[in-house]
Amino acid sequence: MVKETEPSIPEKAFILQALKEGYRLDCRNKIEFRNIEINLGREFGHAEVQLGSTRVFAKVSCEVTRPYEGRPTEGILVLNTEMSPMAIPSLEPGRPSEDEVLASRIIEKALKRSDAIDTEGLCIIAGEKVWTIRIDIHFLDHDGNIVDAACIAALTALSHFRRPDVTVVGTDVTIHSLESRNPVPLTIHHMPICVTFAFFDNGNLFVVDPLHREEQVREGDMTLTINSYQEICAISKAGGIPLELKTIVECSEIAASKVENITALIKAALKQDAQKRFVHYQI
Amino acid sequence: LRIDGRRATEIRRISCKPSVLSQADGSAYIEQGNTKCLAAVYGPREPRQKSAILHNRANISVGVSFAPFATSERKKWGKSDKRLLEIASFVKQTFEPVIQTSSFPRSQIDIFLQILQFDGGTVQICINATTMALVDAGIPMNDYVCACTAGVIQQVPILAYDDKLMSQDNPVDLNLIEESSNSPEVTVAILAESGKVTLLQSESRLSLKKLQAVAQLAKAGCREICDVMDKALRKNVKDLFGKMEA
Repeated sequence: MVKETEPSIPEKAFILQALKEGYRLDCRNKIEFRNIEINLGREFGHAEVQLGSTRVFAKVSCEVTRPYEGRPTEGILVLNTEMSPMAIPSLEPGRPSEDEVLASRIIEKALKRSDAIDTEGLCIIAGEKVWTIRIDIHFLDHDGNIVDAACIAALTALSHFRRPDVTVVGTDVTIHSLESRNPVPLTIHHMPICVTFAFFDNGNLFVVDPLHREEQVREGDMTLTINSYQEICAISKAGGIPLELKTIVECSEIAASKVENITALIKAALKQDAQKRFVHYQI
Repeated sequence: LRIDGRRATEIRRISCKPSVLSQADGSAYIEQGNTKCLAAVYGPREPRQKSAILHNRANISVGVSFAPFATSERKKWGKSDKRLLEIASFVKQTFEPVIQTSSFPRSQIDIFLQILQFDGGTVQICINATTMALVDAGIPMNDYVCACTAGVIQQVPILAYDDKLMSQDNPVDLNLIEESSNSPEVTVAILAESGKVTLLQSESRLSLKKLQAVAQLAKAGCREICDVMDKALRKNVKDLFGKMEA
């Protein structure tokens, strides 16, 4: 395992001092997100997101399986995150690192726990056949804030995805091929967007969407998952520097203001892709 | 009144006892309602792996495990279960800024947590048990860290670090109203003296406006728990002194 080189003391001091004076390394203000670019692939369910230099790729696929024992009428949502040493040089291939576990848990909570996807609609025959939707997230380049980028990528891919149409007559199930019948989109109740904060200077300073360098210097971090209905789907402040409660509430309000913009970006990208395909569907 | 007869802002019955293990440098056993947790602290001691050595401070390593008989259905938990790794990570990151690690460079502090009975509120009981065990081990810390959960039932914020209402492992015990409201639950860990928040965890949907109220309620619960832990620790030290004088 190659150990990540920690930033030098002058580098740390520089970043901290610049933040105190209101400057960030890439000239953003402290609550500004980097430029978000969303690219949708030729196949349904393929989305690639660029958040500044951070690149994440999400792919959604489906298959018919048996449902869980205790939930016979619900479809299954499987989330898989792949972090490779290609994106994060300090990773050891094979063993999940602590950061990887935390990041994938945050994304899992955002997508699965918050009931963003309607699982009841994925049922084909109760107790026997349901759709399993599998989301694979690959991190391609890590320049800070991979969680937010991954969340946007996963949501876009899920909204973009189409599953094959199914007809059920009694116990007879016919899964129509993509050529014979138009594939059906997933029902998405709401879009939970993650916004990550990094804290410095004993909790007195914070920034939104930290760069990799800022992440190495930070004292604490917090990720808020909020949807456009102003509901907090998940909060994850897992230790780190102790903060005043009012700082956390302030951050939640800032995060809520960012969510509108990001949701609009996702919808615009989906609309643009739809126009390219000449397919009319409800977003 | 809630399912187990408690009022909205009443915390569960707590009992805690430090110095329960003979081999560990510090240990604690804590019961919050029906959730039982055992914590053991070893350290500061020599790190086993060279890669774990930090030149300027102590390395903290946390291991969490659930006993197979902890839940109502017997289940063997794998060592690298994501949920356990996540809880371990939470505990480690919570205590890193609180323990004075710079006093022990190039050493390791090991914290082991075992949940013996699970009835909701894992993260908070782990944090409370760890605090007691660390104090018992004599490791210098900046402050007590106490954790508590709070939720919202039918639009009214309640103090609920109760299992049956909040736990998603036992949906059978939730009544229909609580299930339909999806039981928003917030876990908060604070530093007892300054009141600052070290950990804030929420997995279910919560209205933005309610965050402040719910978190404040959790903080109040934390303070109550802190008093109980403090009393138990002081009593333990008094007993030790008593034995020395005799």
